Amino acid sequence: MMIERSNAFVIPTPKRLGYSFNWAGRVGLAVILFWAVVAIVGPWIAPHPPGEIVDWDYFGPVTADFWMGTDYLGRDIFSRILMGARYTVGIALASVVLACAGGVILGMVAAVIGGWFDMILSRLLDAFNGIPSLLFGLVVVAAVGSSIPVLILTLAAIYLPGSYRFARALAVNVNATDYVTVARARGESTPYLITREIFPNILGPVLADLGLRFVFIVLVLSGLSFLGLGVQPPNADWGALVRENIEGLSLGAPAVIFPSIAIATLTISVNMFIDNLPTKIRDRSE
Amino acid sequence: MPKSLLPWILVSQRLGIALLTLVIVSFAVFFATELLPGDVAEILLGQAATPEAVAGLRTAMGLDEPAMHRFVGWLVGLAGGDMGTSYVNKMAVSDLMGGRLVNSLRLAAVTTLVSVPIALALGIGAAMWKGSMFDRVVSVATISVISVPEFMVATLAVLIFAVWLGWLPALAYGANVDSWSAMLRAYAMPVITLSFVVSAQMIRMSRAAVIETINTPYVEMALLKGASRRRMVLGHALPNALGPIANAVALSLSYLVGGVIIVETIFNYPGVAKLMVDAVATRDLPLIQSCAMIFCVSYLSLITLADLIAILSNPRLRR
Repeated sequence: MMIERSNAFVIPTPKRLGYSFNWAGRVGLAVILFWAVVAIVGPWIAPHPPGEIVDWDYFGPVTADFWMGTDYLGRDIFSRILMGARYTVGIALASVVLACAGGVILGMVAAVIGGWFDMILSRLLDAFNGIPSLLFGLVVVAAVGSSIPVLILTLAAIYLPGSYRFARALAVNVNATDYVTVARARGESTPYLITREIFPNILGPVLADLGLRFVFIVLVLSGLSFLGLGVQPPNADWGALVRENIEGLSLGAPAVIFPSIAIATLTISVNMFIDNLPTKIRDRSE
Repeated sequence: MPKSLLPWILVSQRLGIALLTLVIVSFAVFFATELLPGDVAEILLGQAATPEAVAGLRTAMGLDEPAMHRFVGWLVGLAGGDMGTSYVNKMAVSDLMGGRLVNSLRLAAVTTLVSVPIALALGIGAAMWKGSMFDRVVSVATISVISVPEFMVATLAVLIFAVWLGWLPALAYGANVDSWSAMLRAYAMPVITLSFVVSAQMIRMSRAAVIETINTPYVEMALLKGASRRRMVLGHALPNALGPIANAVALSLSYLVGGVIIVETIFNYPGVAKLMVDAVATRDLPLIQSCAMIFCVSYLSLITLADLIAILSNPRLRR
């Protein structure tokens, strides 16, 4: 894209120029919406029951009846992917909302109150950031066993510190602005400052951060499921579908490939969407 | 206070924080594994869990003592190299660990040697010709690798190199690793997979570091004076980007910790991560704790190293 302006000698051409969505962002959004709809209505539009053996041939090829082939037991992969969307998208969404809600609330409170509360909380949560995410999941699942509530809470706990750190940094900046000082001088309460002055002004970047964290959570969740520690059979999210059918890899079975593609389309499109968000939403300070 | 001391104060501060973090992390690991699963003695005895037997075993294992007491004991033992005894096969954890740790470290070292030069060349190249076709291809490729799970990179690598091309064996560890070519073939798949995962991060970060330096006025001045693009980047920008790049390398290498868990499992590589995943399946808590601590220590050291490089390479703190 050429910019007809006199500043052509400025080497770093501004990367994010307009405020409108470009096509990459739109494609990303479309794919995200597609998977969201599938997660909701998927089980009803599945051509075969996802848990039932419908073909006596295992690792079957793509046919008119089985659009994405069959898995290691002869179950329909297409139906299982539709069902898996509910687990992958649902669990990741629940965890990311929990993680960001917790992180943002704590971050804003820490920024406004400051002092010892801020310091101790920051140190503690930073320390938790020092545990590799997949490892954290492994240890918790080893200790309490795997179930969907445990997975949601664990994933939320893993990503809360990062969300906290991000929201706190933003809130500290907003907290130092004149309008917050004025509000404080008029004697507004801390809850008022947090909900009315700070929160609306960090909302954009926080939402962008939520999207990125969603991708991380999808990756760790599928990693755990791939190790056999995530969603337990007979249910399966996309990571578990890859694990179940990994033996079919040497046969080039579509049963391994399609769940992988499902994960990749979701995560890449979220990244594309977030990367191409209008600057206005991503960062109000620019 | 002389200003030349400032970086060293920051460094010791950072080391102190790392140490404190390590204690909190070990606390979390210990209590997650030790307190949550209910009665270890009962689980160990299984069918034979009469109340007397459970009580006897609890006393024998020292489970009667307060948790805090056991935690300190465990930590002191860990610091002295005593990692406890495996529940499952009654072997000392350090014996189980020894060879495995060497294997994992070797995998990490080979991956580092392969990925760092390639990633830096690509990252700096992409920054040098920012906005070109090369840059865009590299950017799309790295975003894709970062966006997909590690096991998918591994799966694709197997599909391409072992199934379609037939160059390499799908399983990593053959029994006979006696010749150079056999060793090369055995390591190829895990190293390729890990290199992809780690390089993607490294390329993005080093590209960002160089571009940030290019944006400074003195580099623009060099361009205005007529320096070529190559000279501008390599001669003027790069020396000042070395600190951030080294920081990026250390940070990216911390992704090895997560990647190695998946890669060792998928390729059946006999390293610490495989040991740990197997220990999770058998709920062998001492083994899990020790493996988790090893991973946390390596992760923390890499992150701390990255921070230290950032502090020491910043000339503004030195004068």
